Amino acid sequence: MRFGQREIISHLSFEIFPGECFCIIGPNGAGKSVLLRTLLKLVPCTGEIIWAGDFKVGYVPQKVELDMRLPVTVDDLIAAKRNVSGATRSDRDEITEALDLRKELLGARIGQLSGGQLQRVLIALALIGRPKALLFDEPTANVDLPGEEHIYEVLNRLQKQYQFTLVIVSHDLTIVDRYATRVLCLNHRGLCVGKPREVLTSAALEELYGSPLKYHWHDE
Amino acid sequence: MAATSVYSIVLALLTAVAAGMVGSFALMKRMSLAGDVMSHIALPGLGLALLFKINPLVGGAATLLLGTVLIWSIEQKGTLTTDVAIGVIFTAALAAGTILTPSEDLIEALFGGFQPLTLGWFLVGVAGVALVIIFLALQRHRLMLTILSPELAAAQGINVSLLDLSFLLIFSLTILLGLRSLGALLVGALIIVPAAVGRQIATGLTWFLTASSVAAVVSVAAGIIINLAYPQVRIGNMQLNLALGPAITSVAAILFLVSLAFKTGD
Repeated sequence: MRFGQREIISHLSFEIFPGECFCIIGPNGAGKSVLLRTLLKLVPCTGEIIWAGDFKVGYVPQKVELDMRLPVTVDDLIAAKRNVSGATRSDRDEITEALDLRKELLGARIGQLSGGQLQRVLIALALIGRPKALLFDEPTANVDLPGEEHIYEVLNRLQKQYQFTLVIVSHDLTIVDRYATRVLCLNHRGLCVGKPREVLTSAALEELYGSPLKYHWHDE
Repeated sequence: MAATSVYSIVLALLTAVAAGMVGSFALMKRMSLAGDVMSHIALPGLGLALLFKINPLVGGAATLLLGTVLIWSIEQKGTLTTDVAIGVIFTAALAAGTILTPSEDLIEALFGGFQPLTLGWFLVGVAGVALVIIFLALQRHRLMLTILSPELAAAQGINVSLLDLSFLLIFSLTILLGLRSLGALLVGALIIVPAAVGRQIATGLTWFLTASSVAAVVSVAAGIIINLAYPQVRIGNMQLNLALGPAITSVAAILFLVSLAFKTGD
């Protein structure tokens, strides 16, 4: 993958299996978001990306371009996604309910939402139309309000409910430990792929982040 | 009043409806200044057409089309030099347009006015307005998703760059429609100022579009009345020129000031 002359990612090959929670980790600037955008075929690459069959993908962006002071409501965004994806009203209602987007929240201007609420709206947008895979970029960039269901618990619950494949870009090794079925370590090239506890050794983490780092696995 | 003048007024009001809607999306796409750039690009076309005695709007359309492609290609590159490029194009087009336009037509080309309109051109204009409104009605959801996040839109299978180009073409068409009454210097105002009013007072996309269109129609209607009743006003030694474009723009600006008092949300 290149931006102009600059090569962002090379020597990378991996598979993602249906229904798994696949995490992509790596230091800042390693090309994680670029990889996600490549999977969406937004960035040209010289390699090959094969999605099985007619694969519908939902994408939760790291940040939105929309000016938050605009008079746009949550409902406007939901209606847009429903119309473009051809989803039914009942499908929409089911998903907004699953994400606890209540009526008063739907009528709110997007500027009135907290970071956590906006994130739930973005997840709802991605899920309307029932994609087979959900691509999620840096979900911890926004913080939840205390008392709200943690965004990963929401994702985990929805994944069980709707059986989609989840691909997450994350910094947070705790998340990887708790939810990932497999993990890809990325630093301009693929360093390791596999089950978190098998591949994330201190040596692997040091190679990935460039400094000695030890992660203590928490046993529940 | 002659039928040709009625056509002219009706088309100006219909154009206002379209301009309010286009402006709302342009404001959301952060391309408020594009209106000014585009209208200035139209000026050399108007000038050339006047020189060669063809319909000025044909000349304007030709250069606008060129400008659209130019701005689109700048957008596609998305480099930091965008505002520099726009600044250069803007002023160069104004200079070239002023040089080319015959001096007896210059004021009207810059600031707008009424020329009587034949039934044929009136119908062409109405078709143009219809095209703008139908495009926005059909594409509003796609535009909304693209404005929210181009990546999200692309993941949904929307061809973002094609949609951007289509929107720019519709935007240029709206400029072209407003060019007659507002002139090249001020037609951008008909697109952006009413949308700024709508943004202040509305909640929800439908209300935003409606409020912007209403603000545009009110501005045009009031501007026409002012221009017809008092084309020039003398206060003491001061002579005020209430040409059509400045009259419409002033009303729109006053509406914007008033709308600040009714600000919702934020």
